[in-house]
Amino acid sequence: MIDEVFNPQELVSTDGSQVAYEVFSSQEIYDLEQERIFRGPVWNFLGLEAEIPNIGDFKSTFVGDTPVVMTRTEDGGLAAWVNRCAHRGAMVCRELRGNATSHNCVYHQWSFDTKGNLLGVPFRRGQKGQAGMPPEFKPSEHNLHQLRVESFRGLVFATFSAETVPLEEYIGTTMGGYIKRVFHKPVEYLGCTRQFANSNWKLYMENVKDPYHASLLHLFHTTFNIFRVGMKAHCETDENHGLHSIIMAIKENQDAEAGADYKEQKIRSYQEGFELEDDSILALIEEFEVVATNHIQPIFPQLVVQQIHNTLVARQLLPKGPDKFELVFHFFGYADDTPELRKLRIKQANLVGAAGYISMEDTEATELVQRGTVRDGAARSYINMAKHQDGQTDTLITEKLIRSFWTGYRNLMGEVATGAGA
Amino acid sequence: MTNQNLALRAELIALQDLYISTLDSDRLEAWPDLFVDDCLYQIIPKENVDHGFPAPLILCDNKRMLRDRVISLRHANIFAPVVYRHFFSGLVFEQDGEAIRMECNYLVISTSLEGVSTVYQAGTYRDIVVRIDGELRFKEKHCVFDTSRVQTLLALPI
Ligand code: FES
Ligand SMILES: [Fe+2]
Repeated sequence: MIDEVFNPQELVSTDGSQVAYEVFSSQEIYDLEQERIFRGPVWNFLGLEAEIPNIGDFKSTFVGDTPVVMTRTEDGGLAAWVNRCAHRGAMVCRELRGNATSHNCVYHQWSFDTKGNLLGVPFRRGQKGQAGMPPEFKPSEHNLHQLRVESFRGLVFATFSAETVPLEEYIGTTMGGYIKRVFHKPVEYLGCTRQFANSNWKLYMENVKDPYHASLLHLFHTTFNIFRVGMKAHCETDENHGLHSIIMAIKENQDAEAGADYKEQKIRSYQEGFELEDDSILALIEEFEVVATNHIQPIFPQLVVQQIHNTLVARQLLPKGPDKFELVFHFFGYADDTPELRKLRIKQANLVGAAGYISMEDTEATELVQRGTVRDGAARSYINMAKHQDGQTDTLITEKLIRSFWTGYRNLMGEVATGAGA
Repeated sequence: MTNQNLALRAELIALQDLYISTLDSDRLEAWPDLFVDDCLYQIIPKENVDHGFPAPLILCDNKRMLRDRVISLRHANIFAPVVYRHFFSGLVFEQDGEAIRMECNYLVISTSLEGVSTVYQAGTYRDIVVRIDGELRFKEKHCVFDTSRVQTLLALPI
């Protein structure tokens, strides 16, 4: 049965350079992904600890398309549970965010604590001599479905699977190092914006692993004649399964200047053509050991850590069906930001997200792929840029991160099928 | 906000009408001139405003940034051709010193090239208006939108 739905041989080539378009539109493959990936041996990003700082704080979110709630428990820890009542399945939490030490289902008012343990059942012992729950009813057997939760540098993740390796190991040393670069001190949550696209979630994964498109699809820099002098590229995957990756544009001669003269030193505009009247939007106050204008780091399957100039975002990628996904851009700053730096971070929100100068085209592109491939499931994409130079890490003209992603995806999705001799 | 000054009310409605007509008839180059030089324009989800979070979709803190937006969307950004129609209702206002605070609902219907019209965004304009050389201009315009899930992208001003 399962082998018929996902036959790795037919869908994804071993080296990840060819993918049948069916993976972007098939309901069966989508359902299998929910089981093997989102409920499988991965850690799904839920949000930032800074979103739920106080005891009882909660946020509604998703693992794949399953509604879950993450909470700050009485002991200051973190918990997450499936937002489905243990009685007859109603959604228990109906708010996006809030604070509550107990969560009551409106349908029959069963109540649960912050960890999802059942606290009370109305009329459990009946009323006026009439029967209630059967005598064998044990509240402890009717808790909400609780997930394993761990956090890494303030990023909260959950997994359905008992098999999933510890979070730190899942992220890996290399990727962990890059996360620490951005999450090197306490952060403050600045709110979120949401973007919805009529395309498959993996098209967005490809997009954030695709440095090749950056200067070709996003014409902002070239239109305004902004040349980035002395930038060095860096592309790398994690050392374990190749599903996480990083793309960085690093400023090479870091020692010389501070942020103030970035304008003179690093951005030169030609006289002809268009010029930005207010280029403070591209300022860069240097605040990291490695100074980079772009840090784009997908942690499979639900997170992209992003630093673009001084704007900091944890993007959450949520599948909503074979041909739909939602992106939640969680903006943050550091707790010790100066007012000027905070202001710049918020101003540079103009660069990213649904209205982002250098990002709005991404969903346009993923939707074009969705529409272009809808009737050609068996046709395959061609992902070969720099394939003969796969070891190269200092180039943006490569599709190696995408190939690595597809190989990892094939392994995750094909595990049972190959085991069964497909 | 229960100001009964009908003459001022008529002027404010005229300003809002001019604003909407400038956008919907694709005269975007004239859009920045409806603002004062040191204006504040932002498009921000209501959920952030309600929780006191500052993260915007678009934020321009001077008129030059408005002009940059227009040049960018005309020449740099890539998006499917779309037509917006803005509608507003429920306008209230109050005098605040020299300035006027005004609020109203807005609705944006977008129509794609294929001919499908959908509600693209619903929200409230929260504006501060001032008089410059006899003309009313926006000192601040906050587009606080309820439709937090932005469909595909946002390229054109609201
Ligand atoms: S479904 Fe929740 S209490 Fe009945
Ligand atoms: Fe992009």
